[in-house]
Amino acid sequence: MDVAQLKRQLFEYTTLLFHEGFLDEQFTQLQQLQDENNPDFVVEVVSLFFDDSERLLNELAKALDQQNTDFKKVDAHVHQLKGSSSSIGAQRVQRVCITFRNYCQDKNVEGCLKCLQQVKHEYSLVKNKLETLFTLEKQILAAGGSAPM
Amino acid sequence: MVSPSMRIDEGCDLDSDNSVLMREKLAVLIVDDDAVVRKVHEKLASQLKVAKQVQTETATNGKEALDLHLSGSSFDIILMEMDLPIMDGPEVTKELRAMGVKSMIVGVTSRDSQVEKTAFMVAGLDECLEKPLTADKISSLVETLEKKK
Repeated sequence: MDVAQLKRQLFEYTTLLFHEGFLDEQFTQLQQLQDENNPDFVVEVVSLFFDDSERLLNELAKALDQQNTDFKKVDAHVHQLKGSSSSIGAQRVQRVCITFRNYCQDKNVEGCLKCLQQVKHEYSLVKNKLETLFTLEKQILAAGGSAPM
Repeated sequence: MVSPSMRIDEGCDLDSDNSVLMREKLAVLIVDDDAVVRKVHEKLASQLKVAKQVQTETATNGKEALDLHLSGSSFDIILMEMDLPIMDGPEVTKELRAMGVKSMIVGVTSRDSQVEKTAFMVAGLDECLEKPLTADKISSLVETLEKKK
C-alpha cells in the first residue's frame, strides 16, 4: 500500500472510532498538542493511561473481593479511572465509570462487580483500537509519509 | 540580497500587537493524583503562547501543593483537583488563602455535583472547571488573569 492509501485507511479508522464513541474530542486535543518537539506525545500519554488503568483495574478487583467492601476505596479508584479516561478521550470507559460510581454510592456490591466487568471490557476494546491506530501511524511513517495530524 | 522585512524571532508574539507587553513568565501548578491527567494538563499549560516562558510544576496531593508554597514557590495559576489524597482540594485551597496566597486557583473536577462544586468555590477558588481541560478553557483562564492585572 502506498502512503496515500495508508493515510486514507488511518483516516477512515479514526473516524469510525469517533463515530462509535470509543474516542471523543479530547483525543483530538491530545493530537493537537503533539508537534515536532514532542512527536510521541499521544503515544506517551496513552501508554501512561494503559499502565494506570491496568493498575486501577487490579486494585478494583482486589477491593471488591474483600469480605467488607471499602466503598470509599473503590470509589476513589473509579474516580481516578474516570479522570484519566476522560483526559485521553476514552469516552466509553468514562461512561461506565459514571455508572460505577453510582453503585459505589449506593453500596451495591453486585452492581459494582457488574460495572467492573463492563469497564474491563470497554478498556480492552479501546486499548485494542488505540494499538491498531498507532500501528497504522507507524506504517505510514515507515512508508515514508509524515506523521498524520 | 537584502531583505527589508522584519522577522519575528522565536519569541511568542505571533501576530499580537507589539504594544501589548507579553509577560515574561507564567508559572502554573498542576495538582492531581493521576499521572495521565497531570501529563495532559501540563502539556496544555506549557503550550500556551501567552508568556515568553511558561513554567509548569506538578504536585500529586494536597500536602505537596501546600509544601511547595511553604518552601517559597509561587504560581500565577493553580489547577487544583477536588479529590486528592491526604489533603483534598477544598482543604488545600482554604489553607492557601489563609496563608495569603493570591494566585488564581482554578478547581478542576470530574464530579457533576453542583453542591460539591459550590463548596469548592466557597473554599476560595476563582473558578471551577470540569475535566477534561482543553486548550480553550486554559486560554480563557489566562485571559481572565491578564484582565485582572
